[in-house]
Amino acid sequence: MSFSPAVRYFLEKHDWSHVVWLLSCRAELLINDHPHLFSVGSVHSHVPNNSSLYKKPFVESFEETPLLVAVLTYMGYGILTIFGYLRDFLRQWNIEKCHVAREREEQKDFVPLYQDFENFYTRNLYMRIRDNWNRPICSVPGAKMDLVERVSHDYNWTFEHTGKVVKDVINMGSYNYLGFAENIGACADAAVKATHKYGAGVSSTRCEMGNLDIHEELEQLVARFLGVESSMAFGMGFATNSMNIPALTGKGCLILSDELNHASLVLGARLSGSTIRVFKHNNMQSLEKLLRDAIVHGQPRTHRPWKKILIVVEGIYSMEGSVVRLPEVIALKKRYKAYLYLDEAHSIGALGPNGRGVVDYFGLDPKDVDIMMGTFTKSFGAAGGYIGGKKELIDYLRTHSHSALYATSMSPPVAQQIITSMKIIMGEDGTKLGADRLRQLSENTTYFRRKLRDMGFIIYGNDDSPVVPMMLYMPAKIGAFGREMLKRNIGTVVVGFPATPIIESRARFCISAAHTREMLDTVSHLANLKPIYICI
Amino acid sequence: MVQAFYEAPAYHLILEGILILWIIRLLFSKTYKLHETYKLTEKEKEDLIEEWQPDPLVPPISKDHPSLNYDVVTGPPSHKIIINGKECINFASFNFLGLLDNERVKQKALASLKKYGVGTCGPRGFYGTFDVHLELESRLAKFMKTEEAIIYSYGFATIASAIPAYSKRGDIIFVDEAACFSIQKGLQASRSFIKYFKHNDMEDLERLLKEQELEDQKNPRKARVTRKFIVVEGLYINTADVCPLPELVKLKYKYKVRIFLEESMSFGVLGEHGRGVTEHFGVNIDDIDLISANMENAVASIGGFCCGRSFVIDHQRLSGQGYCFSASLPPMLAAAAIEALNIMEEDPGTKCCSVHSNLTPGLRLVGVPFAPALHLQLDRSSGSRDSDMQLLRNIVDYCMQRQVALTLARYLEKEERFLPPPRYVNVGGNHASWVGCSQRFQSDPWDELAKCKNSTVKAVELIVVAVPHTDQYDLQSNNNSRRTDKKE
Repeated sequence: MSFSPAVRYFLEKHDWSHVVWLLSCRAELLINDHPHLFSVGSVHSHVPNNSSLYKKPFVESFEETPLLVAVLTYMGYGILTIFGYLRDFLRQWNIEKCHVAREREEQKDFVPLYQDFENFYTRNLYMRIRDNWNRPICSVPGAKMDLVERVSHDYNWTFEHTGKVVKDVINMGSYNYLGFAENIGACADAAVKATHKYGAGVSSTRCEMGNLDIHEELEQLVARFLGVESSMAFGMGFATNSMNIPALTGKGCLILSDELNHASLVLGARLSGSTIRVFKHNNMQSLEKLLRDAIVHGQPRTHRPWKKILIVVEGIYSMEGSVVRLPEVIALKKRYKAYLYLDEAHSIGALGPNGRGVVDYFGLDPKDVDIMMGTFTKSFGAAGGYIGGKKELIDYLRTHSHSALYATSMSPPVAQQIITSMKIIMGEDGTKLGADRLRQLSENTTYFRRKLRDMGFIIYGNDDSPVVPMMLYMPAKIGAFGREMLKRNIGTVVVGFPATPIIESRARFCISAAHTREMLDTVSHLANLKPIYICI
Repeated sequence: MVQAFYEAPAYHLILEGILILWIIRLLFSKTYKLHETYKLTEKEKEDLIEEWQPDPLVPPISKDHPSLNYDVVTGPPSHKIIINGKECINFASFNFLGLLDNERVKQKALASLKKYGVGTCGPRGFYGTFDVHLELESRLAKFMKTEEAIIYSYGFATIASAIPAYSKRGDIIFVDEAACFSIQKGLQASRSFIKYFKHNDMEDLERLLKEQELEDQKNPRKARVTRKFIVVEGLYINTADVCPLPELVKLKYKYKVRIFLEESMSFGVLGEHGRGVTEHFGVNIDDIDLISANMENAVASIGGFCCGRSFVIDHQRLSGQGYCFSASLPPMLAAAAIEALNIMEEDPGTKCCSVHSNLTPGLRLVGVPFAPALHLQLDRSSGSRDSDMQLLRNIVDYCMQRQVALTLARYLEKEERFLPPPRYVNVGGNHASWVGCSQRFQSDPWDELAKCKNSTVKAVELIVVAVPHTDQYDLQSNNNSRRTDKKE
């Protein structure tokens, strides 16, 4: 209809969620300028119970959401939902043009593939701010990157590439902790040699013809790096979890998994067929209670004793920035004879004085952790995952892992990249580059966190973790923050529901050893969007 | 009311009084639950905790488990492959179009490496989308003549993430019995009702569909929200034969079920241009709701993709677990895949011709003539799977000593739903590209193939046929000594 563009403009540009955002900005200005007038929520600093187990202070904080902010956030979501229903109604009656893809004419009488409500959130909330995600890049994902410029003429339903490139955007989103995402240097040269020698693909599984000598070299190196007897490498980090947990546990076993575990761990636990019980995030009392109840009462209904109990935790939780309380977990594990599965996807290479992960950070013995798993995507600039542990464990995985028997092995240049970068971190290449990068990363982390905290932002997580979540709360702020930062040539990651609880949307910064002090200063200065508030 | 109180008979009042007293007593007495018969003391709990012994984390593995020691390949895994120091002809990798050591593919991968580095350092949603990925997706969609395609960074994860994205608890999936392991994991993750039909048996499938239709008529409200899917493979990896796609499409429209087609083995191989089994049978590609394939066989890269209409594929961008929660494909591998697609499009003649060997005594060839990978199975089983596997392993070792590389098809015995019988895989399609580049080999590729056949026949004569009664497996040691005695 002729007035549909006008209707859409009105709804997109001037809808009431914008008004709520403006109101909330004024409210926040008020709170910041007169803190004594409003009771801001208490700061939960987690002081561990068994401080004797920790060699250095363990400081984590998760500030509670202020009441006013929570109320305004819920109001914002409420208004958006009402508008969502209104738009759906208009779309159904063809008053507004519908961009949503439709089913084929021939299959109209089939059972609908998606339920309408499943996609309500996607259609009405996610679509508004969709331009903050899936931004294509066309350079190395290093400290600075080049983004492909894209515009949308129909409010994010479709995107077009203008053909221009936004150059030198500061990259605060890629998981490039040690700065190994580079196309020059020792790693890239070695990868080039490996491509010349082996080619790009393998086309066979590990146990058939896909076991190259470079894989054997990689596995020995990883075992040495972690300080374990033996290790095995896989082609995808997600698949390492989802294919190996089912090989280790089965029916009659119990998996105790942290509340905020990654989707791959949850999927692996589900596929294994074991009973799963969830304990509160990083809460050792909750874990101990579950362990005691499990051993004392046995399996539900039959009360047979459990065959095995597996505790599944992560090194650094990527949405919270918190570090697992490993000394306490290991003490519990030894007391109750459970097994520990540690997923170091984000912490390997990023924590610890020698970059050996969260075990190194706490100064513990790697032999205490039964199964050490990690990925090569983050700190090593490659792709894939590994599992390290005792020789019996790895022998068992070689024969019974789904990945070894059915999935293709890792690509040779990727394996070579891991070998070279790991040698650099260990210092075996003869330079001090690895030690320099590790030190730079921890300095950057401390500096950035302190700077943001001094500016008054609410930052979650451990003081030493390079993942820095900054709270935004309001739905409209998610979109605004992402877009404003891009206008100022900074690429950030914003996350909302369903990756986080509904009122706790956040922006997440990933510090890298490749970031310089100037870049961090620029980012923290520009993250302070006060000038926008005042312009209203 | 007081008057009624006086007028009531005495027994009535006494009864009421007793009832009131009883109620008061019940209200104030201690409640007890039937389950509370055991409340353990702290000491008993500590004792239980002390006594509990878990099973060892992993059961011990014997040193001579067949899958324990992998064969080590030095150098590129192409036509001539060096296994355990010995150079063999490779009949075991799934390198159907021979693109693993193609120079153009390598050059493109190197160019991409020099521009982007190796890893992407992030999932697709957070600065992990490169322009190479977008280009590969649009090329794949154009090649397969569909609206959209989506790439995964691991072949196994492709169909295993695609199925649970659409099919949830309460939905019904009809699957062929010979479905591969990744499909089985996808089905397990989806928590739907799974109904297996006999391999390639359309009557069995129709019977199941009819039963479901009757169920639907009993409960139409539930039927209106229960989605139904058929999952089949184009070319089955476990049996090396093709699914009857035209009949499946007819059943689709008759019973209103959607079809998901897994084309890992047939992509790049079947059909006039390599578009897979839809082109082979001449079926309209829009009739298939989702086609999934991995790029690790014909395309000689790493990863997988799904293609279909935007209505179907776009959903996976937010709900495909292996897509959203995993790092994206390294750009050099995506560039290699693009170049491989270019080569496939330029030269549609590089397809597999048949390699039908004669029936060797003791061995049976399983698979359709135009399949790129065939299975050779024992004619008579010895009755025990372990001894069959050992026998086949001996044949494979024998052939490797004579410079022909074969491989034993491995399965996770306890996890597979319908375990295929022991066999080994002979990848005959490899030589198709030899015909194009036979100048690289000193000998004629057909000679090499014949050498393979001869070795296999010889091995079978010596090992299989020479064992008269297959249940006497103390002859195993005799076999081994006989092999080392006979020198070629």
